[in-house]
Amino acid sequence: MDPISVLVLLLTIFVLAIFVGFEIITKVPPTLHTPLMSGSNAISGIAVIGAILSAGLQHSALTAWLGFGAIVFAMINVMGGFVVTDRMLSMFKKKD
Amino acid sequence: MNLINTIQNLGYLLASILFILGLKGLAHPRTAVRANRMGALGMLIAIVVTLVNKGMSYEYIIAGIVVGGVIGTIMALKTPMTGMPQMVALLNGFGGLASALVAGAALIELEVDPGALHASLTQVTLAIGASALIGAVTLTGSLIAFLKLQEIMTGNAILYPGQQIVKALLGAACIVLVAMIVANPANHLLYLVLCLVAALLGVLLVIPIGGADMPVVIALLNSYSGLAAAATGFVLSNNVLIIAGSLVGASGVILTMIMCKAMNRSLGNVLFGTWGAASEGAKGAGMEIYEGKVKSTSADELAMILDGVTKVVFVPGYGLAVAQAQHATRDLANVLKERGIDVKYAIHPVAGRMPGHMNVLLAEADVPYDELIEMDVINPQLAQTDVAIVLGANDVVNPVARDDPHSPIAGMPILDVDKCKTVVVVKRSLSHGFAGIPNPLFALPNTLMYFADAKKALLDTIAALKEQ
Repeated sequence: MDPISVLVLLLTIFVLAIFVGFEIITKVPPTLHTPLMSGSNAISGIAVIGAILSAGLQHSALTAWLGFGAIVFAMINVMGGFVVTDRMLSMFKKKD
Repeated sequence: MNLINTIQNLGYLLASILFILGLKGLAHPRTAVRANRMGALGMLIAIVVTLVNKGMSYEYIIAGIVVGGVIGTIMALKTPMTGMPQMVALLNGFGGLASALVAGAALIELEVDPGALHASLTQVTLAIGASALIGAVTLTGSLIAFLKLQEIMTGNAILYPGQQIVKALLGAACIVLVAMIVANPANHLLYLVLCLVAALLGVLLVIPIGGADMPVVIALLNSYSGLAAAATGFVLSNNVLIIAGSLVGASGVILTMIMCKAMNRSLGNVLFGTWGAASEGAKGAGMEIYEGKVKSTSADELAMILDGVTKVVFVPGYGLAVAQAQHATRDLANVLKERGIDVKYAIHPVAGRMPGHMNVLLAEADVPYDELIEMDVINPQLAQTDVAIVLGANDVVNPVARDDPHSPIAGMPILDVDKCKTVVVVKRSLSHGFAGIPNPLFALPNTLMYFADAKKALLDTIAALKEQ
């Protein structure tokens, strides 16, 4: 694929994902807004994928270390976000 | 396209679907736990398929995953629910930092391995610049928000002359630096300078914002951390990064708009206004409206009032959590429910220190979520409510927001507790809330002030009710 087609494809995905995001997030009730923030935080840790590539392919010592640092911070985001969200959501109970 | 590549891309597609379903499931508390785990599964799949690349060595990867994973898990298990805004702020910052670091590595890799480029050089370098800019602003902005929320730093707005000009100049410098990186990708120093200038901008953007506006700032930084990840997706031409980043970006923007609406202020006013500072000078002013009109009450009197009513609404604010009175509130609610009284909780959108914070604090105290009622739903019911018990909330129940167009909080949606037959405000003193203005609610004929610590007041009232 030529570079321009790649860019157009990526932009298409970007714009459509934003629309999907707006549609599903507006349906989240206010009572779950804090878990929404911590959970979406965990998802933004997806940068860990790019970090894994840099740390694994090791084009140079510097990129390997940058990759390592990025993995640490992204993983704090991922584990911290998902675990704390799970902890919060398991507290939400209906009247019995 | 080889087989490994195809498997990876299908794995990323599956991860994207799981992220979307994960957020979709947050539409109801019943499905939310499973939804969050689906999101986590999506992340696991994305990580695993990335590991099967050719020519990878794993020592740095495993070390990074273990170190980050352990720190994250400990943070998640140890942070108290009152500290959730700080934790989310910190996580936002780390997300931004990770994206900026990946962008930096990609910039260096461009030179070492130009063959790996899948897209146009302009796209990649522009995305690297955007990722570094947003990532660095998110990092330092979040750290300042963390320091303010943790009360290591003053929660008041820090202002200095010419601050808008300084911020505008730094913002312009960032854009010029991004353009310079695009024009000259081989100069890695530019990336470093961009990160430093953007980091300074992040600090300056958040220090002038007062404590009451922190929910907006956290929501906005949440959005930035997502956008930084999406920008990194354009660096690597990777779909799952773009999709996940956009979802988070959209989520943060929606929450930011909800918070702004709940305070009747524009985003520009929150970010660049001087609301917090203006109120500073007014502290303690206007106390004369209370003179001779405030009636105080006690546990015994409150117990008597609560005897024989049919509907009671609790109005919790962040002060309730500070006093650690959530459990005492639930205990009083249970005593009332045993007597056949209808008990509800009225939740203002900005109660607590981040969107939905009060709901989490009450859920922790085993308050069923179906008793927590949103402002728009509970307001019409308040005229039929016998007693409203206001605990640690102030500005969100101030009738001047509705009645006085010249008030600093004019137009802010409030809980209309003044329409209840009796209002009991549990508060240590007549001091002002975040907005720094007096609250005429305290002087209304149907209002009783219970001057005490919230937890003690509730426990005394429970004891008085049991003695009856």
